[in-house]
Amino acid sequence: MYGEEPLFGLLNRIGTPVEGHRPWPRYRLGRDGWLRLIEELKGNAWSLLGLWGEVRAVHAAFREDFSGDVAVVSLDCPQGRFPSLSAVRPAANRLERAAHDLYGLTAERTTDPRPWLDHDSWGVRRPLSEQPAAPVPNPGPYTFLPVEGDGLHQIPVGPVHAGIIEPGHFRFTANGETVVRLEERLGYVHRGVEGLMQGRPVAEAAKLAARISGDATVAHSLAFARAVEAALGIAVPDRAVWLRALMAELERIANHLGDIGAICNDAAFAFMLAQTSQLRERVLRTADSCFGHRLMMDRVIPGGVAVDLPERGTGLLLDLVVELRRRFPPLVAIYDGKASLQDRTVTTGIVSAELVNRFGAGGHVGRASGRDQDARRSPGYAPYDELAFEVPVLTEGDVNARVWVRIREVEQSLSLIEQIVARLPAISRGLDHPSVPIEAGRGGEGMALVESFRGEIMTWVRLDGEGTVARCHPRDPSWFQWPLLEAAIGGNIVADFPLCNKSFNCSYAGHDL
Amino acid sequence: MLKHILTSLTGGPVTEPAPAPADPALAELAGKLDKAAKARLGRSLSIREVDAGSCNGCELEIHALNNPIYDLERFGIRFVASPRHADVLLVTGPVAHNMREALVRTWDATPDPKWVVACGDCAVGGGLFTGGYACVGPVEEVLPVDLRIPGCPPRPVDLLAGLLALLETSAAT
Repeated sequence: MYGEEPLFGLLNRIGTPVEGHRPWPRYRLGRDGWLRLIEELKGNAWSLLGLWGEVRAVHAAFREDFSGDVAVVSLDCPQGRFPSLSAVRPAANRLERAAHDLYGLTAERTTDPRPWLDHDSWGVRRPLSEQPAAPVPNPGPYTFLPVEGDGLHQIPVGPVHAGIIEPGHFRFTANGETVVRLEERLGYVHRGVEGLMQGRPVAEAAKLAARISGDATVAHSLAFARAVEAALGIAVPDRAVWLRALMAELERIANHLGDIGAICNDAAFAFMLAQTSQLRERVLRTADSCFGHRLMMDRVIPGGVAVDLPERGTGLLLDLVVELRRRFPPLVAIYDGKASLQDRTVTTGIVSAELVNRFGAGGHVGRASGRDQDARRSPGYAPYDELAFEVPVLTEGDVNARVWVRIREVEQSLSLIEQIVARLPAISRGLDHPSVPIEAGRGGEGMALVESFRGEIMTWVRLDGEGTVARCHPRDPSWFQWPLLEAAIGGNIVADFPLCNKSFNCSYAGHDL
Repeated sequence: MLKHILTSLTGGPVTEPAPAPADPALAELAGKLDKAAKARLGRSLSIREVDAGSCNGCELEIHALNNPIYDLERFGIRFVASPRHADVLLVTGPVAHNMREALVRTWDATPDPKWVVACGDCAVGGGLFTGGYACVGPVEEVLPVDLRIPGCPPRPVDLLAGLLALLETSAAT
């Protein structure tokens, strides 16, 4: 057969559309339909956007990258079992393991059945299922994948790491200095965000969404807010739409500046961190002056934004853009001109284009390896459709390429801030800050794709009749990037791991939830 | 790069003056430190940061303490890589059950005398994560806490003021 069947073509044939799911359709499949979908996924390139469990049901979201069509598919699993997608979409594996640990749903014929988030320490198994079970008495240790060969040794690292970073466990198998395999074990910062959101009013759940991953608080809040607004069919005030983008771009710049410096610092070039951390501080202070919080936490809320930009705000933002345009390029020139630094970043930690596509990895990880995907452009959301910006894409896939994608994104975001400030709509009459109330007493299902500094966030939400959250699944971009870090470090020396890790900068909290 | 170094040399420091040690922190710490501990520490503190379930917001602001603007090291306070080198554990997060054992083992590995600072609303009171199956709650339910620095996340100046209070109290004879 030549070509592939369009996403909606297949799903209309094998599934039944579910009413009230916005803005993209959701299809309920039977078991046969689900198996048919798996067959189809073997031969096409649809990106997995997420996979999440619920009581007696499993959902997955896909995008046909070329057309930009997005759809959710659902399978009822009364027996608590569903055919695994992991053989055809390896990125599904950890999501399926998470669905198993939280909801007790078993993925049949999975490529890896080990637990993921459940470390046998909660005092309960499958805590979000209908019938949570008693913990396993005397749980055994977690089984790492076997590695055999002459001259191999293992280096266990974490969960508590040497720096001021989040906890996770890395099991290196090395031959001399060269890493043969890295296996990650995550889940240490699992706080039960999805469980805590259930049954909460939208405003309270939004506070949890803001704390999924602190460095992407604006983006996660925005994804949650847009999913809720989609579910309820709410249109937010124009000014709020533009202020949200303003905050999102400030967040992007602050994180990239911090990370560019930190990557150089991990190559023992502390000068760069000393410089970029000052620039980052400058961004955070401007955010604080404009929105009353350095990280802009809880500023994007369902219905709009919690604060308006003060009158002097536009001036402060334009001053920031001018200052960064003056101070950042000389640092980029230094990065580019230091042979000893380039020696550490060029050809280090290469991820192939094939892998980023197979895992659907977004953000700088995907774009440094040729994956031209940015949620601001496709599927796109307001106000980015009215703004001019480029999405930098490189093909080398090494640490250097990831640094350069971030450098280019800083430049693009500066331009976006200028454009947004110039075109910021006035506040609507009768509002003291740009937002509309979320009325209780209505339900619906909604979904949003939002580009964080790290990549694409997918948030899916179902609100029940009372307007409280029945189920919310925020999927951080890190889910599809963490597995690639294991691949990136292979064949590199152990000492280059911090560089690779920092150039990815995956979120532990966003992944562990 | 030479230009940057020259500017740094001639332009004066970008570092800002220190805030006063936080009063509530001083009050909390008063009487907690005995003489022997004070004598052994002098005016220097080594801190091991432990993320016990934070969203990483606190980590971002703790990182900022090391930038040239807040420059924590000028006070003799520094972050160390191993709990075995530390006087203080700076703990963030609502203590995820999955991190509880690692936190306790980190504390066990820290030599006496040692202090525990709960950093951020989650570590101080459990934050929004109270009541779930996955979190223990405030750090004090797992370890004895000597100082609390609230905030979501605490601003770097608040962190600085809290840590300076610890330093002042430990240095006073």
